[in-house]
Amino acid sequence: MAKKSQLPFAVKALLYTLLVITTLVWLVPVFVAVITSLRTNDDILLRGFLVFPEKISIQSFADAWKRGGLHNYLPNSFIITMPSLVLTLFLSSLGAYALAHFRFRGRSFFYFLFVGGTMLPFQILLIPVFRLSDALGIYDTYFALIAIHTAFQLGFCTFVLRNYMMTVPIQILEAARIDGCTEIGIWWKIMMPLTIPSFAAIATLEFTWIFNDYLWPLILIRTAEKMPVTSGLAILQGQYVQDWTVIISGALIATIPTLAVFIFLQRYFIEGLTLGSNK
Amino acid sequence: MTKNRLRYGLTPYLFLGLPVLIYLVWVIGPMLYSFYLAFTSWDGFSPPQFVGLKNFTRLFHDRVFYISLSNNIEWIVLFMTVPIVLGLTLAMILNGNIPGEKFFKSSFFMPMVLSLVVCGLVWSWLYNPAFGLINSLLRSIGLDRFARGWLSDPDVVMESVITVAIWRQVGYVMILYLAGLQSVDPDLVNASEVDGANAVQRFFHVILPQLAPITVIVIVISIVDSLRAFDLVSVMTRGGPFNSSSVLANYMYIQAFNNYRMGYGAAISVILFIISLVFILFYLNRIAKEEGNG
Repeated sequence: MAKKSQLPFAVKALLYTLLVITTLVWLVPVFVAVITSLRTNDDILLRGFLVFPEKISIQSFADAWKRGGLHNYLPNSFIITMPSLVLTLFLSSLGAYALAHFRFRGRSFFYFLFVGGTMLPFQILLIPVFRLSDALGIYDTYFALIAIHTAFQLGFCTFVLRNYMMTVPIQILEAARIDGCTEIGIWWKIMMPLTIPSFAAIATLEFTWIFNDYLWPLILIRTAEKMPVTSGLAILQGQYVQDWTVIISGALIATIPTLAVFIFLQRYFIEGLTLGSNK
Repeated sequence: MTKNRLRYGLTPYLFLGLPVLIYLVWVIGPMLYSFYLAFTSWDGFSPPQFVGLKNFTRLFHDRVFYISLSNNIEWIVLFMTVPIVLGLTLAMILNGNIPGEKFFKSSFFMPMVLSLVVCGLVWSWLYNPAFGLINSLLRSIGLDRFARGWLSDPDVVMESVITVAIWRQVGYVMILYLAGLQSVDPDLVNASEVDGANAVQRFFHVILPQLAPITVIVIVISIVDSLRAFDLVSVMTRGGPFNSSSVLANYMYIQAFNNYRMGYGAAISVILFIISLVFILFYLNRIAKEEGNG
């Protein structure tokens, strides 16, 4: 980009102030959530929100965790997310390899099937997948969720991985082929190590997507004990209707895993987003 | 030799076999099955009865369907325009090296990693009529008449919900534009500067056209996401009050899974799919063209 243009200092200062204010306004929900979680419900109901808290308490976190059931919901989210993540990455790396480096009938068809599928409105899948899970006897189990997440995310992962694999020079693969390497060997020993950078980006993104999903457990899980944390929060909301300190504390606890991703893996997350949009 | 070629010819299908099978069973097959169900009457227990176009004719006389559809359209319009304007502005400002750049970027970006459920709950609390921050602030500065039930007043409920979606989306659009700005040709920008174009002219005539591909993607993503909108409505209002914040995705869910009108629900999802399909095909067509050029 060009050197930053020569705006007058006053304009720059004004712009900067505006930026700071906008940013702080943007963060207000976060401040409010943290403050609310540290107050007591009685204090808020008696004295309103806009006062200095009488006392700081972390009781609401304990309530959300124990009585609110988050100690149960949060591990469930991992039990559902991690296998889905591994499976979808594994399967899409197989498909992406075929789509990236082979010419065969149906190549574009399958590619567009995967890409187009990423943008489907989920609603068109709800009833049939509910039926399918029921017929397979996995309704109301983690497997039902793992299956649909794995399958649905195949679209996006195949799309991004395939484009990334296209950048691997064909000569490397040809050389291995001439050396007598099997196709599986090429995929596993050459392609996979070379695509590790994009794996990090996709995995980070997919983790937050699957972890944050709220719709599918609504359809495929009936037993509260098996719910992931997103649906768990909805239950918590019904359980503590007027006690916002507990609801908000629960929301903050539920956010920790994806927030950790945001803090430690932000670079990969952003990379994933941009990989997915401009190949 | 032939054997070898045959093996080579089969190889891609062997790699694709498992992922494609799973994709067909859990995604493509179910999609087609919904089309079939849309022409049936089905309570989810007894076998589906074929009823022809009945679900669709009923749908076109259903007031809630039209409310939902117009809410979806409002969602699309707001979800597209506001994040693009804000996100692009932020990207332009933050593209130069300004102090605190990382803090600003992170602040706008952070809502993206929060689940919509968490966003919905936190904002529901902000909107709380009696104790929420927004009404508390309005009352404290004497603007009581603006304080209202943000989620219980049919006049503003939809906008209140969409605001949350926008709050979460701006950072995403900003990131995409920041990436796009990396590919803007600096020579062109410099040349136009030498030619005497001012900052505004440079933006509209040199930079913006080069960002067109990103803008198209942002628009497609915004539309598709708007049509999928479900979580926020489900958590914050369930479509109420009096269906005033109903969207198609939510209406479909209620019909199919709360009222056990699976056929009717499927019909709504088919309509939703057909609207999305226009944009999906447009997007695929673009990708196909790029493939052809690349």
